[in-house]
Amino acid sequence: MSQLPDALNEIVEEFTEVPEADRLELLLEYSRELPELPARLADHPELFEQVVECQSPLFLAVEVSAEANNPVGLFFSAPPEAPTTRGFASVLAAGLDGAEAAAILAVPDDMPHQLGLTRALSPLRMRGMTAMLGRIKRQISEQLPA
Amino acid sequence: MSLSVESNEKYAAYAHPERLVSTQWVADNLGAENLVVLESDEDILLYSTGHVPGALKIDWHTELNDEVTRDYVDGEGFAQLMAAKGITRESTVVIYGDKSNWWAAYALWVFTLFGHEDVRLMDGGRDKWIAEGRELSTEKPAVTATEYPVIERVDSEIRAFLPEVLKHLGNPLIDVRSAEEYTGERTHMPNYPEEGALRGGHIPTAASVPWAKAAAEDGTFRSRGELEAIYLDGAGLKPGDDVVAYCRIGERSSHTWFVLKHLLGFETVRNYDGSWTEWGNAVGVPIVRGEAAGEMPAQRGARA
Repeated sequence: MSQLPDALNEIVEEFTEVPEADRLELLLEYSRELPELPARLADHPELFEQVVECQSPLFLAVEVSAEANNPVGLFFSAPPEAPTTRGFASVLAAGLDGAEAAAILAVPDDMPHQLGLTRALSPLRMRGMTAMLGRIKRQISEQLPA
Repeated sequence: MSLSVESNEKYAAYAHPERLVSTQWVADNLGAENLVVLESDEDILLYSTGHVPGALKIDWHTELNDEVTRDYVDGEGFAQLMAAKGITRESTVVIYGDKSNWWAAYALWVFTLFGHEDVRLMDGGRDKWIAEGRELSTEKPAVTATEYPVIERVDSEIRAFLPEVLKHLGNPLIDVRSAEEYTGERTHMPNYPEEGALRGGHIPTAASVPWAKAAAEDGTFRSRGELEAIYLDGAGLKPGDDVVAYCRIGERSSHTWFVLKHLLGFETVRNYDGSWTEWGNAVGVPIVRGEAAGEMPAQRGARA
């Protein structure tokens, strides 16, 4: 069983430790905390990939550093009227931004299901979340030096 | 008991003007006795970011769907849900939501399965309310629980199941999904398979009328004349037709159901909520690929 990076593991615990009814509230809090894009990316939509599996527009950019162990920068853009999508993007940003490439690639593909939201969110919504992680992992693999 | 019906030129042209109210009507009637305003969104968190003051949330996935079976709540479940939201059988219920009222229409359709008499949509939905700069609140309204009778759900009039759709072939069908879904073209990238349905395409003879055609740019319903141009001249429906509408899981087609039933006045309109996620996975049912509606199949499927 693969290990989650510490920061992401703490977030998963944060979700699973509260009663099911409070988890949506927590996701809403995360949606408010999604970091703004840095100026160097904000005006460059061509640098972003759209996660078309999400029901609301979500764009992500992945930067794999050439430094030792290839730390990864993650950037997300989603409109305020898509709080669920923003919330999950924010969970990934808080849990994985700055982590090493290998650590992110080792995150289980079904990690979104570990947040304990599968009853509250529709299957299509869960699929959007899984796709977000899948696309991040694919971009990392593509960017890593062979 | 019921609140007044809004009268204006646009609504008066519809078959059932009593099913629509404007944002202004809602603003004028907020707090009125016997009025319950509900927000029904695709995004379960959207209501919490700010809603029409006094409006309650109703969630299609966790509240209107049965948790185990692919079905809606039963009479008992609906009665509990209504009671918890302070709704009585006599309440005027106004529903609004995101995405041109797509999910609001879905909720209204479910209310109709239980024969709730006075249920209306707020024309233009959440987006129009916000675009007009009207007040939003994050305050959760206090609710006094009510008694709501247990009403048995009546599916037969406005809901179609797969065997009924097979029997219906030869009568008008409206596919309200996007053009890509209708033709069966796959748009996904390698390694990201679409898991919703095993097969792509549409039900033979179905006309393609994407649901959003019925909505104007501000999310309000198009005028009667515009709707007739789309559904009568465009899709070939004739007054008196028996129509079935479908989409992927029955939400978008609820919007079209509302248009056909309440705005254009078709008496017999059913929503096939099994829709493509059932048809596209079912064994032995006929499917047509491509842009053409296709011919009526000689064989209607193994069980027809």
